Amino acid sequence: MIRDSLILAKRSITKMFRNPEQFIDVTVQPIIMTVLFVFIFGGAIAGSTGKYVEFALPGIIVQTIMFTSLTIGVNLNTDIEKGIFDRFRSLPIARSAPLFGAVLGDIVRHSIAITVTLVFGAIIGFEFQTPWWHVAIAIIVIIAFAVSLCWVSVLIGMLARSSGAVQGISFLIVFPLTFGSSTFVPASTLPTWLQGWVAINPVTHVIESMRGLLTGSTDVAGDTLTGQILWVIVSCIVLVAIFFPLATWAYRRKI
Amino acid sequence: MTAAIEAHGLVKHFGKTKALDGIDLTVEEGRVLGVLGPNGAGKTTAVRILATLLRPDAGTATVAGLDVVHQAKAVRRTIGLTGQFASVDEDLTGMQNLVMIGQLLDLSTAQAKARASELLAEFDLTEAAGRLAKTYSGGMRRRLDLSASLIGRPAVVYLDEPTTGLDPAKRDDVWEMIRVLVRQGTTILLTTQYLEEADALANEITVIDHGRIIAHDTPQGLKRQVGGQTLEVRPNSLSDLPRIRELLVRYGTREPELPAPDLLAVPVADETALTHVVAALAAEKIVVSELSLRLPSLDEVFYSLTGTTKREEARDDESTAKTRKGAAA
Repeated sequence: MIRDSLILAKRSITKMFRNPEQFIDVTVQPIIMTVLFVFIFGGAIAGSTGKYVEFALPGIIVQTIMFTSLTIGVNLNTDIEKGIFDRFRSLPIARSAPLFGAVLGDIVRHSIAITVTLVFGAIIGFEFQTPWWHVAIAIIVIIAFAVSLCWVSVLIGMLARSSGAVQGISFLIVFPLTFGSSTFVPASTLPTWLQGWVAINPVTHVIESMRGLLTGSTDVAGDTLTGQILWVIVSCIVLVAIFFPLATWAYRRKI
Repeated sequence: MTAAIEAHGLVKHFGKTKALDGIDLTVEEGRVLGVLGPNGAGKTTAVRILATLLRPDAGTATVAGLDVVHQAKAVRRTIGLTGQFASVDEDLTGMQNLVMIGQLLDLSTAQAKARASELLAEFDLTEAAGRLAKTYSGGMRRRLDLSASLIGRPAVVYLDEPTTGLDPAKRDDVWEMIRVLVRQGTTILLTTQYLEEADALANEITVIDHGRIIAHDTPQGLKRQVGGQTLEVRPNSLSDLPRIRELLVRYGTREPELPAPDLLAVPVADETALTHVVAALAAEKIVVSELSLRLPSLDEVFYSLTGTTKREEARDDESTAKTRKGAAA
């Protein structure tokens, strides 16, 4: 099963390089977002672009990964629609191999997106304030969260009728999660009702963990870096506990 | 001879719709069975069950002696699948598609590449090997689909409507490839909407409708049953119709009919009728704009077998027909 999953992961990576749209998602898009937020909004939000890049870059990484992790449902749905899954199913491979192949492929995509954003950030003035192993932990935290969240997308991908519907539903979920957080502005500047949501939004804790791990600062008062990371770990466990069984149930029903 | 495919009493429901209502199929090793039927008759459902993609609600089926439900994985090593479903990946090249499937069939990368090159050459796709499958023409796509199903050298191959939507020249190409497979000893189950295709390729034909078998025979036997070939004549001038009609009565096996106001059609016993009619027309100095010999269409097959045309049936039963289509899609 591991070999089959790797072969299928290679498929999704090959496709990414062959398909400009998907490749842009993980390379050009985070760069555009960084340029947009840092150079256009940076001065207004933080007083200078230099200050804002330190604040926004961790958020931009999380945002990019959030959107990337939800494409798995769209891709699986397209594969089923186009009959590619029927081809796989007619082969003597494990039923779960196409699913795990897709997840493995996504981890590679995430790594590319993170690397691109960090390197580009460093070029335009992002300074790493922490030891290298903090950066490594930051990458692990965000990928772990993405892999936990992708089961939501898999579930939607298995239940929705068309890949367009999967895309629509996924956006409805990702938007409040990504923008209703401290991605682009400190939570303290938000209206009180929104602060309530931001405080319980797991994405906020992912972003604060990233900030703490990359720049040494946290924005949400009363929580240490360790506290933020523990929040993320709990969120991952809850997401996986609920959505992994549901997603694999829906997958087995369909496959 | 032993049976490569054997199915007994296959039943499959989709909600309230009965897609298969007790189907028995037997295909001897190295033979070709044509399954003929309209859209939504249950052809695809039957193939999906035999390819382990669906579980039957009732009945049993074995492929190469292996049970399709309980020994599904072993069955998958034996079969190849080509058709409306079971597609290749459009965002990979022809080569990448075949290599990936080879690797999934436990070939080493080198073996998979060698086998892929071999098949691409065999199916005349070597030049297109490095291009994305979505840039392929319809005919090339079918050839790639077919080669994808042959990588593991399957003993049994399912072809689900392999030529639907292809122009006649491309269709002949696919037929030739199927004949090559047959010569190599592959057992084939072919579904089609065209009697002509089943006649050209199959040793035996099973006609199904509404999930039931309504006829099973050799192509010769089936053609005898449904009236064999039809000779059609379109006169240049309508005033010649009565004379042509008189002439056709002599060579036809039944009364000539008028399917269109300017077209006469008559069932004939065999091809020799064409020569006689041409000679007779020439002798009588009648000019015709069209003269052709053709096998009955699916509509005519159904008319002969069931006494109802599909159109009448669709009127009575439109809602069921629609759900049946939905279930098969």
